[in-house]
Amino acid sequence: MTSAATAPILSTSHLLGIEGLSPSEITGLLDLADDYVKLNRSADKKSSLLRGRTLINLFFENSTRTQSSFELAGKRLGADVLNMAVKNSSVAKGETLLDTAATLNAMRPDILVVRHQDSGAAELLSRKLDCCVVNAGDGSHEHPTQALLDALTMRRRGRKFEGLIVAICGDIAHSRVARSNIHLLAQLGARVRLIAPRTLLPADADRFGCEIFTDMREGLKGVDIVMMLRLQLERMTGALVPSTREYFHFYGLDREKLNLAKPGALVMHPGPMNRGVEIDSDVADDVEVSVIQEQVENGVAIRMAVLDALNRNLAREGRNV
Amino acid sequence: MSSNKRLAFRNARLIDPASGLDMRGGLLVENGRIADIGPRLFNDADPHDREVIDCKGLVLTPGLIDMRVFTGEPGSEHRETLGSASEAAAAGGVTTMVVMPNTDPVIDEPSLVDFIKRRAAATAKVRVLPMAALTRGLAGETMTEIGLLKEAGAVAFTDGDRTIANARILRRALSYAATHGALTVGHAEDPDLSANASMTEGEFATRLGIPAAPAAAEAMIVERDIRLVELTGARYHFGQISCRASLEAIVAAKARGLPITCGVSAHHLTLNELDVGSYFTFRKVKPPLRSEADRAEMVDGIAEGHIDVIVSSHDPQAADTKRLPFAAAAFGTIGVETLLAAALAVFHNGRASLSDVLKTMTSTPAQILGLDSGTLTKNALADLVLFDPDEPFVLDPAQLHSRARNTPFEGRKFQGRVKMTFVGGECVFDHAKDRKH
Repeated sequence: MTSAATAPILSTSHLLGIEGLSPSEITGLLDLADDYVKLNRSADKKSSLLRGRTLINLFFENSTRTQSSFELAGKRLGADVLNMAVKNSSVAKGETLLDTAATLNAMRPDILVVRHQDSGAAELLSRKLDCCVVNAGDGSHEHPTQALLDALTMRRRGRKFEGLIVAICGDIAHSRVARSNIHLLAQLGARVRLIAPRTLLPADADRFGCEIFTDMREGLKGVDIVMMLRLQLERMTGALVPSTREYFHFYGLDREKLNLAKPGALVMHPGPMNRGVEIDSDVADDVEVSVIQEQVENGVAIRMAVLDALNRNLAREGRNV
Repeated sequence: MSSNKRLAFRNARLIDPASGLDMRGGLLVENGRIADIGPRLFNDADPHDREVIDCKGLVLTPGLIDMRVFTGEPGSEHRETLGSASEAAAAGGVTTMVVMPNTDPVIDEPSLVDFIKRRAAATAKVRVLPMAALTRGLAGETMTEIGLLKEAGAVAFTDGDRTIANARILRRALSYAATHGALTVGHAEDPDLSANASMTEGEFATRLGIPAAPAAAEAMIVERDIRLVELTGARYHFGQISCRASLEAIVAAKARGLPITCGVSAHHLTLNELDVGSYFTFRKVKPPLRSEADRAEMVDGIAEGHIDVIVSSHDPQAADTKRLPFAAAAFGTIGVETLLAAALAVFHNGRASLSDVLKTMTSTPAQILGLDSGTLTKNALADLVLFDPDEPFVLDPAQLHSRARNTPFEGRKFQGRVKMTFVGGECVFDHAKDRKH
């Protein structure tokens, strides 16, 4: 191994959020991920970097996409990967999060990837466990690897972050993807616009250095990137949005609205999509503008980069393989 | 609703409440809009290529805009149709009726807004602007498709005479309405505190033995809604208020710069709780008639400009729902035809200028609703009323044009008679030719 391959990238032993990461940490992860994209496209995708390490996927919310992405990332780097099936576990029988943490700790994992419905759950676990914790989404707080893979996707499409205009559209209030992206894009010098009806905008959204738009047509004018968010079905039956047809009419991304963005603008979506609610199939399936499949590919690479970076810190802290 | 012919008014007392103009002069209408206005217009010679109306010094002012009209269409056409309400409106100098969504079915779908517009175009003599429901079925639970309804032509969003009890639901609806820049109209009566109440709590209701609610049931909702407006930034209009505490809260909210306006009904300006007399059900209204002190406060509110609009709160009821013991009778009173005469009492009592009284039924509602009417300026819609502010008359319900008979003003002496009403330059009422007189 060269020294470049072991040089530290992250200053922390966990990845709990984007907030607090420096531009050089983010760029370091993106650079590393570029290498893993190449590896993933070769015939032999296997590395032995994490051989002997144990990675536990602990998903309290179902997420086929993110969980399999982490699983694949761990396996390609040679780690032993265990998917905890929360639904059939003691958690379902009423065990508290901290009891679960203590149980897991006794199994001596090296990396715990956690997805939880409550904001702050990943941080709580990181304080109680001896291993490093990767936040794979906590409540409405953060989803750091999603923001990193989004940034990687933009960068690999030749976009420079300085001055880039990114519109994030939809359910900002409940979105951890939006929060992580807002922090990341601000660190790299991009301009972020938030587009949503007021019922889906969080309080004081303007305090995050973003421009706020409630009119999607106005908000999309001249943007380089259109990032659509998923609208949870339970939020569009009258509580926060009157109906799916009204939502699509005013906030669904269709060709006509997309034409207001800068020519060549890219369309992104963290998945899974609600076709005909937040995005029209005509746009989602247009490979000229939609990079949604590339986001999935880059997701595996960015998670390999994160695992690699955290492993470097583990090694530095003297934890033996 | 516009006429291609040219119509000239001469020798009129022109009052344009928007600008405060009050002068002798003439006015020319072309293609349904005001083409010219001036002090010497048509003074000397009669213009020959047009119809001329000699106003004989009577008041010519913008047609009235009544922001609160209930009809029975669709669903209860036996009470009132858009057509029959419009007959009453025209006779009362009202050229625009804003109709409430409290019908059967409730106006909570874009297709139903379209239905009201089409029925009005086919049957109504005056302009009809629909408000749509703020919550589906007026149930106070889930917001309506405010954006699509607005595109379909709803001018505002309201649950009519129902208060949305749940503050969280109202907050979200207001927040969503603000997204679309939509006007919301609220009714202030705490539904639990005023449950089963037919009158204002107090000595008189106690004597009559009628279940009653305190005026505070209104004021506390006014105060709550002001807080929600502050949170959401929604444009909010209190459809009608009726007591001092509500007015004080609104005055303070306006002083803080909140986008709040309010209305009062003509009957709350002219009647008090004692007028219920011996269980007179035509004076059972929502909110109930208040104490004399509160009524006087409402007049002060108009005189001081704190109350923005005067409405009729026209609510036609059939005899079978009014010929009942007081507590069992339906709420509501008709009023679109008597709106002007009743409101003019504020002027005749020397509390406000004629122009300021007219303003509450012309330019101010036009401004709140964003209409290009309610003013006597060039290119404005030629919706006009010609009336004699001084002519006295005694109200005879048989002469009213509404399909319903539940007026609170039977036998009342009024001063101020509508002579002619024009919508888009077309005469829709001429007192001289009216078969009812």
